[in-house]
Amino acid sequence: MKLTEKEYSYLTKKISPDTKYYKTLPTAFIIGGLICCIGQAIGDLYKYLGINETDTGTLTSITLVFLSAFLTGAGIYGRIAKSAGAGTLVPITGFANAVVSPALEFKTEGYILGVGAKIFIIAGPVIVYGLAASVIYGVILYITQLF
Amino acid sequence: MEIFMEYLKTFLIGGLFCLIGQLLIDFTKLTPARILVSYVVAGVIMGAIGWYEPITDFAGAGATVPLTGFGYLLSKGVKQAVMEKGLLGAFTGGLEASAGGITAAVIAGLIVALLFKRGDKTKQM
Repeated sequence: MKLTEKEYSYLTKKISPDTKYYKTLPTAFIIGGLICCIGQAIGDLYKYLGINETDTGTLTSITLVFLSAFLTGAGIYGRIAKSAGAGTLVPITGFANAVVSPALEFKTEGYILGVGAKIFIIAGPVIVYGLAASVIYGVILYITQLF
Repeated sequence: MEIFMEYLKTFLIGGLFCLIGQLLIDFTKLTPARILVSYVVAGVIMGAIGWYEPITDFAGAGATVPLTGFGYLLSKGVKQAVMEKGLLGAFTGGLEASAGGITAAVIAGLIVALLFKRGDKTKQM
């Protein structure tokens, strides 16, 4: 079946249910806020154990990433994400989900070009453009330091 | 009471970052991948011009857990490295600061792919 872009977007619009923003916006806000509070609690725990501030931040991220990865593997994260939208996408747990989910999904294509390559399908662009922006900032910073 | 206020600030600011993401999903054609990339780049820029540090001081994990916090971490790492090593720091600082999170995500992805079966179709991406 051949479709023009217009017809295609019309068809997808017809199939995908209307997003009801009065439902999605509060859910995203609440779930996102809660995930951040979980992060805060994990950080407080590490601080309580006497770990310094920089390492606490890193350890908190790592803990959240692993939590999200196992919840993704068990299919729980996806179920929450269905109603939470950006509430589960924007936190670092969403980044972890975007790494784990395709890795698992493309397992059938093998461990090298399936898992190994698809792990970076979302993480790749995030890292590429994040690094690019940070290098540009670094170069500008270096030049301004010269004067 | 103090700890309650701290968590309230975390909740409100973290929620706000997600609310903005949801507005982008609902009212623009941005895909989740584009939103994540935009958040990281926005975090780098806000970190570079000095806007993000006050937000992390105010909201703690409410600012560091959203992906803008990842961008902020990149800019913070680059800033520190450039001060220490000059131009070389522009190339080493970002990954150095974010190494833990990135490595954790990759390793977690690998472990989960090894351990779990692809069964649940309710995926976000």
